[in-house]
Amino acid sequence: MKISEAWLREWVDPPVSSEELLEQLTMLGLEVDFTEPAAPAFSGVVVGEVLTAGQHPDADKLSVCEVSDGEQRYNVVCGAPNVRAGMRAAFAAPGAKLPGGVKIRKTKLRGAVSEGMLCSGKELELSEESDRILDLGDGVAVGEPLRTALQLDDTIIDIDLTPNRGDCLSVRGIARELAAHNEVALNSVAVEPVAERIDATFPVRLDEPAGCPRYVGRVIRGIDSTARSPAWMVEKLRRSGIRSISPTVDITSYVMLELGQPMHAFDLARLHGSIHVRAAKPGETLMMLDGSEVRLDEEVLVIADERGVVALAGIMGGEQSGVGDDTQDIFLEAAFFAPRWVGGRPRRFGLFTDAGQRFERGVDWQSQREGIERATQLVLQICGGEPGPLVETVSESHLPEVPSVPLRRTQIERLLGEAVDDDDVSGILERLGMQVSAAGDGNWRIQPPSHRFDIAIEPDLIEELARLRGYDRLPEARPAYAPRAAPVQDAGGGITGLENILLGRGYSQAVTYSFIDAEFARLIEPAHEPLPLLNPISSELAVMRTSLWPGLIGALQHNLNRQQQRVRLFESGLVFTGGEKNLQQVPRVGGIACGPVNPPHWDERQKTVDFFDVKADVHALLHNAGHGDAVFEAADHPALHPGQSTLVSIDGQRQGWLGSLHPRVVQALELNQEAVLFELDLQGLLGGERTEIREISRFPSIRRDINVVVDETVPAQACVEAARAAGPRTLRDVTILSIYAGSGVVSGRKSVALGLILQDLSRTLVDQEVDDAVDQILAGLDQKLGAKLRE
Amino acid sequence: MALDLSDIIGKAEQAIAQAQDLRALDGVRVAYLGKKGVLTEQLKKLGALDPADRPAAGQSINSAKQQFGELLEARRTALNESQLRARLSADAVDVSLPGRGQHTGSRHPLGITAQRIEEIFAQLGFSVAEGPEVEDEYHNFEALNIPQNHPARDMQDTFYFGDGRLLRTHTSNVQIRYMEQHPPPVRIIAPGRVFRCDTPDATHSPMFHQVEGLLVDYNVSLADLKGHLHQFLNAFFDAELRVRFRPSYFPFTEPSAEVDVQLPGSDKWLEVLGCGMVHQEVFKSVGYDHQQYTGYAFGMGVERLAMLRYGLQDLRLFFENDLRFLEQFR
Repeated sequence: MKISEAWLREWVDPPVSSEELLEQLTMLGLEVDFTEPAAPAFSGVVVGEVLTAGQHPDADKLSVCEVSDGEQRYNVVCGAPNVRAGMRAAFAAPGAKLPGGVKIRKTKLRGAVSEGMLCSGKELELSEESDRILDLGDGVAVGEPLRTALQLDDTIIDIDLTPNRGDCLSVRGIARELAAHNEVALNSVAVEPVAERIDATFPVRLDEPAGCPRYVGRVIRGIDSTARSPAWMVEKLRRSGIRSISPTVDITSYVMLELGQPMHAFDLARLHGSIHVRAAKPGETLMMLDGSEVRLDEEVLVIADERGVVALAGIMGGEQSGVGDDTQDIFLEAAFFAPRWVGGRPRRFGLFTDAGQRFERGVDWQSQREGIERATQLVLQICGGEPGPLVETVSESHLPEVPSVPLRRTQIERLLGEAVDDDDVSGILERLGMQVSAAGDGNWRIQPPSHRFDIAIEPDLIEELARLRGYDRLPEARPAYAPRAAPVQDAGGGITGLENILLGRGYSQAVTYSFIDAEFARLIEPAHEPLPLLNPISSELAVMRTSLWPGLIGALQHNLNRQQQRVRLFESGLVFTGGEKNLQQVPRVGGIACGPVNPPHWDERQKTVDFFDVKADVHALLHNAGHGDAVFEAADHPALHPGQSTLVSIDGQRQGWLGSLHPRVVQALELNQEAVLFELDLQGLLGGERTEIREISRFPSIRRDINVVVDETVPAQACVEAARAAGPRTLRDVTILSIYAGSGVVSGRKSVALGLILQDLSRTLVDQEVDDAVDQILAGLDQKLGAKLRE
Repeated sequence: MALDLSDIIGKAEQAIAQAQDLRALDGVRVAYLGKKGVLTEQLKKLGALDPADRPAAGQSINSAKQQFGELLEARRTALNESQLRARLSADAVDVSLPGRGQHTGSRHPLGITAQRIEEIFAQLGFSVAEGPEVEDEYHNFEALNIPQNHPARDMQDTFYFGDGRLLRTHTSNVQIRYMEQHPPPVRIIAPGRVFRCDTPDATHSPMFHQVEGLLVDYNVSLADLKGHLHQFLNAFFDAELRVRFRPSYFPFTEPSAEVDVQLPGSDKWLEVLGCGMVHQEVFKSVGYDHQQYTGYAFGMGVERLAMLRYGLQDLRLFFENDLRFLEQFR
């Protein structure tokens, strides 16, 4: 909420500087977001009186005026259509300096001498209006500097109010807080009841008294439709961010800003029969003041006359019944609408109005009469008219019931960590308008005032004590703690260990959005139905990712487009599989590598990263988690090259994918470069468990190399496994030494060289045993894979 | 009769000195000590001498052999030395040239920051808890005392899925999920992604990271909260900071506070986190006895803390994954 410091100080004027005042507000929980001067710097502008205004001899749109600054007369040429004799306007005499440093000089306009300028709001940066000059009304003295006449040396304070403090959405509300804090008096405006001069009334029925238990109205007939809002009011509204519209509308805004009671003015001629405050009927519609149409249902409280809905209760008036330029008779409304009946509706309709904001949070349910009287007073003062009697329609039993709240001395100390003197407790709460009744030894019952909607439980009161005493005065402590030892993971366990492996292997950590483009998702995983957002901010961020790859590929694109030759990125986070029906939030880790394997080096030929480089990285992760025996089997994935893609499993459980990006995808994304990707479920990769130790032999190991020829389609790993399966207990290890196809090997077959390591735990093996083992292995390879010893 | 072998030794000394490498030196050794070597020949002649002369002559030869051996060894050592020196000099590399192989990657600044927060709170006895990102209304709002139609829902623009589910707007859902599963006492922090319906710009992001904290025990007070958070902030920024707690509002805490700090060398207050004493409605929704237990909760933005620590101005840098940015965090 924006508020003028000068207006605030009319209500409460503690002996503190502006700076201290702002600090006090923030420390009371009314956070000052920013401040700005009420007007830019200018000088030499005074209240001038237009004595005569006549047509310029040579220009249709210009007037030649005689202007007085109270001492001297000036000849002034003016282009505004609203200039007229007798008006008081902002006058910049020669020598005046306007905002931005423009200096006013005596000049000639179309042959007529002009000694100064009558200023528009725009020229003084007080409004956007540029074609009309400021009409200051009669409340200002001719010759007075404009800055003092309009109190322009003022500060606009923007306060970021939390939703619990609806009571502070007014000058009075904020002033109340400052008065309580500084222990000074609140200077309320005198709101005297206005005596009726006519007996006109308009009937009001409360059909939904739970939503509107009090409705106060008054008819005022014969207002002056040509009246204009006085400059002081326009200025105060402007400093609160509200544009002047017409005197009646301005007055309702003014009373709301001043007292916190939202008001509405109907054109009496456009109301029919009687007003009913009721729940809307399904299918009813209302054309709003801002030109939009809303559809209503029984969840919405409305003001209706006998022809239909005329306003959304507590939010906004309808277009049809509002006051206009020709309005002569008005019906003023000040009501209490229950937060439960207004809450959420502004959001539902997208109508975030000042009134809605206040009723949602809670308006003082005893301020309606006051609001009507104050508004009447201002209408009569500005627009004249004949007031009818104030009519209050109320359903006493539906008015808010505010139960008193118990407060215990022991609980204050327990929650704050510090005792508060009894006198302080009652003093603070009373200054905040609460009724304090002692209920014996350190116990009280507290009755909150009708403007507070946020005091319901004991901690609410304790917060008030802390707030008024100052949060900064509270001590700092540390809660007692009895630490307990819990088991820990071995080094390398957990997500950090896994990330460290990837970091060590040259991958940088990426953070990409959890929502992605639906088309991109389809390109990578066409079979998955991703979970779509109902209200995405853009089509690029519209569905939840089912894989980490789209994000990583996007990051790759970003970097390739910025001349990064070599990209290695990884990310860990949740992916969302199973669509709407069977949603799973699965933690995964994924990576992408593109460009040279190693950074450019003076002594090494650059090699582009391929499947096997990244397979080693994936294997490192698996190995770290104790899954060095994970299985890689060829399988098709729509985003991967069919000849370079593998499913990774641990103990028969699918763990993830590894492979080169499909050339079709590379082309679709215009990457112009191959990339290798992997993605694994995180759960299987978190190691850190105790290692199972294998005995190591003190006897020498013996190595034999064999070279077998198999069908080209036989995976090398199958040879290793067949050798292992066929070998004796003493076969410790089988490694792949080389793969060869070409001259010397029959076409369609390949030769695989295997290194066999044999070793016994209790003795040195003799040659015969080793020879037998090799024969056994060769026989096994032949039987299982048709492998023949290469001649 | 002693033999005069000084001539032989003199020649041998010359030959040894002239040997330029180990092979030549070995040639000299063979020439003197080999089967037909000069000194070996002398020994052979010994048999022809008068037995009375033999001991003295033998002694002369042995002494000559010993002398020869010493000269040979000295030369061998010298040659070895010089050969090593030559090899070392040939092997020398330009040590200023870069090494070979993979460079290490870099941890994301948000990762570094979240880890820093976790480690500091670990010292205060907090362990890490996690929760879902796609959440239901109950755990994100209702259980946290934010009923439907509450104005506080306007504070956070929520992404919905249209089936009652939403993307969590804060990590506070983990408070509820954790307390539903564990009885007091509680000391957890919950780092994670959160989502708000905001278009990305320098200060907004539809996705960002928070760390939630929750401590529940007998007699936990606002003073405890102040003490812990002040300690945390000092540790995080590695300085004795001025810290300011000011009243604020969150539906799930009462009293509530916002915390500002002044970084070293600045008198500007910067908002860093929100906190408060757990609201009794929250305890009620998870079945904790609010008469018996009190607790505090806090939430901080990881991006916010990272930006302050690294002096960054634009939130978007965190999500572009530009290597030129990331690689500075090695």
